[in-house]
Amino acid sequence: MTDFRSYYGRPVVRPAVWRKDIAGYLFTGGLAAGSALLAAGADLTGRPGLRRVGRLTALGALGASTYFLVNDLGRPARFHHMLRVAKPTSPMSVGTWILAAFGPAAGLAAVSEIAPRLPGGPARTAATAAGRAAGLAAAAVAPALATYTGVLLADTATPSWHEAYPELPFVFAGSALAAGAGMALVAAPLAETGPARRVAVAGAALELYGSHRVENELGLLSEPYKQGRPGRLLRAGRALTAAGVVGALLGRRSKVMSVLSGAALLAASVATRFGIFEGGIASAADPRYTVVPQRERLDRITRTPSTPVTAAPERAPAQD
Amino acid sequence: MDNAASPAAASGYADPPRRMGFFTDTSVCIGCKACEVACKEWNGVPDDGFNLLGMSYDNTGGLSANSWRAVAFIEQPAPPKAPDGGAGDLRWLMMSNVCKHCTHAACLDVCPTGALFRTEFSTVVVQEDICNGCGYCIPACPYGVIDQREGDGRAWKCTMCYDRIGDGLTPACAKACPTQSIQYGPLDELRGRAEQRQAKLHEAGETSARLYGNDPGDGVGGDGAFFLLLDEPEVYGLPPDPVVTTRDLPKMWRTAGLAALTMAAAVVAAFVGRSR
Repeated sequence: MTDFRSYYGRPVVRPAVWRKDIAGYLFTGGLAAGSALLAAGADLTGRPGLRRVGRLTALGALGASTYFLVNDLGRPARFHHMLRVAKPTSPMSVGTWILAAFGPAAGLAAVSEIAPRLPGGPARTAATAAGRAAGLAAAAVAPALATYTGVLLADTATPSWHEAYPELPFVFAGSALAAGAGMALVAAPLAETGPARRVAVAGAALELYGSHRVENELGLLSEPYKQGRPGRLLRAGRALTAAGVVGALLGRRSKVMSVLSGAALLAASVATRFGIFEGGIASAADPRYTVVPQRERLDRITRTPSTPVTAAPERAPAQD
Repeated sequence: MDNAASPAAASGYADPPRRMGFFTDTSVCIGCKACEVACKEWNGVPDDGFNLLGMSYDNTGGLSANSWRAVAFIEQPAPPKAPDGGAGDLRWLMMSNVCKHCTHAACLDVCPTGALFRTEFSTVVVQEDICNGCGYCIPACPYGVIDQREGDGRAWKCTMCYDRIGDGLTPACAKACPTQSIQYGPLDELRGRAEQRQAKLHEAGETSARLYGNDPGDGVGGDGAFFLLLDEPEVYGLPPDPVVTTRDLPKMWRTAGLAALTMAAAVVAAFVGRSR
């Protein structure tokens, strides 16, 4: 166990005060992005059932995201203060503007799904065309919506989030694709789910590869992702992803299998998001993860091992 | 004055006044907590609860939304002064911690509302009428300083008494400090004074004296509030080698861009790959 000194074991950096809303938003934001991409593809390749599921899911997930984001604010009534500035140094500001671009487009695309119920003629044609344009616009913004959240977490002093910055956008991109595909497997007509199954495989591969790296390649800072609740969540996410992909590939002709595997992929995405979220919080709450990597960095630079001036009774007890 | 010396100039102030700062010399701190009290009185900061933490004489526990100065108290074996003497004695280390007013301030960088801003004195202040309590500054700070106030929802921290220094007054904590452990003044002057003080302590045999946060070459570009410490920073609850998280932000955006392209390519491939 790495020895280190601290102020009576108290944290050095402050864990994020974000509640579970933000972990929930990581999931719903990704689901909205993945669904919008699938809807645009379905629209362009003549799969109306898949398109409808994608568009409606994107709108629903967007509504949930907006609720989570506003509800988590210390002053929810001031949510519009986010629109005062546009700051590339603030991933949250960038995310605000990504959502501001994605929201209306995804909303319009979903509303255009009433087109088939309109009387034939110009009204229906106009609604269909507007829906396609809006859906393509939402799909163009969707990859940014799915990946900026990786930067949002990494751009902090939270040790295990920051250290994971090369991985998090890929984990979240994969998780978003898998969630979108999962929803399509649950709700879209079986005959139209071919692309969703292939998206599920690609998303699962990205998610599994990225989270494997997060759990194994960050040295000491991988530890919080392997222990306790974050560890259990990430392991559950991995198992559910694998099960979901296998089901998606084998269950091509079975509605029941498709629904089950889609549900597994959705649950996997939730588990992975909460695991990453809570792993970072755990790394900030323990001074070990702040002090040890910084001390090692300093010692590498000065090439002299740290020599405590005094015997140190305030050494933190070894972690249980 | 070049931009490196004046974050205010780098932030767009045309002809800013000199950069002001705190030098906290912990070798003369007596742990009286007058700074904590004066800060609360002047700034109207609510109490932090009346808790017994059971770890040392420090029952504040550290900086928070409701403690903008916090005196750390450490009890440890005294370093032996001579081969035969002093072993077994204890010593007390005391340090009045405060917001560092970093040259490269992560809280300021990540604030999505513009509530946090750089003042003409190069300090970093939250505008309480703008902050919407998003909380992003809190995990961004490499020192764990800024914090959300319960029941209020907004983020709060030391302002270096922005309202006082604008009128040429000394911040409340420095004014109340009875030993001049907290010194306020133009940052370049304080840095010179701190180096003299460190040299003097070394001459007197206190070789553990070291400056913390005074180096403009460190990971946050140097602190506007820096310290003379008698042990390693982590013993006082300070990070040994803090780095502003936004230093890596360009790399993060590039990675996200690559992930976004991968994602789009995967969807395109899924639709054009095969029919059905």
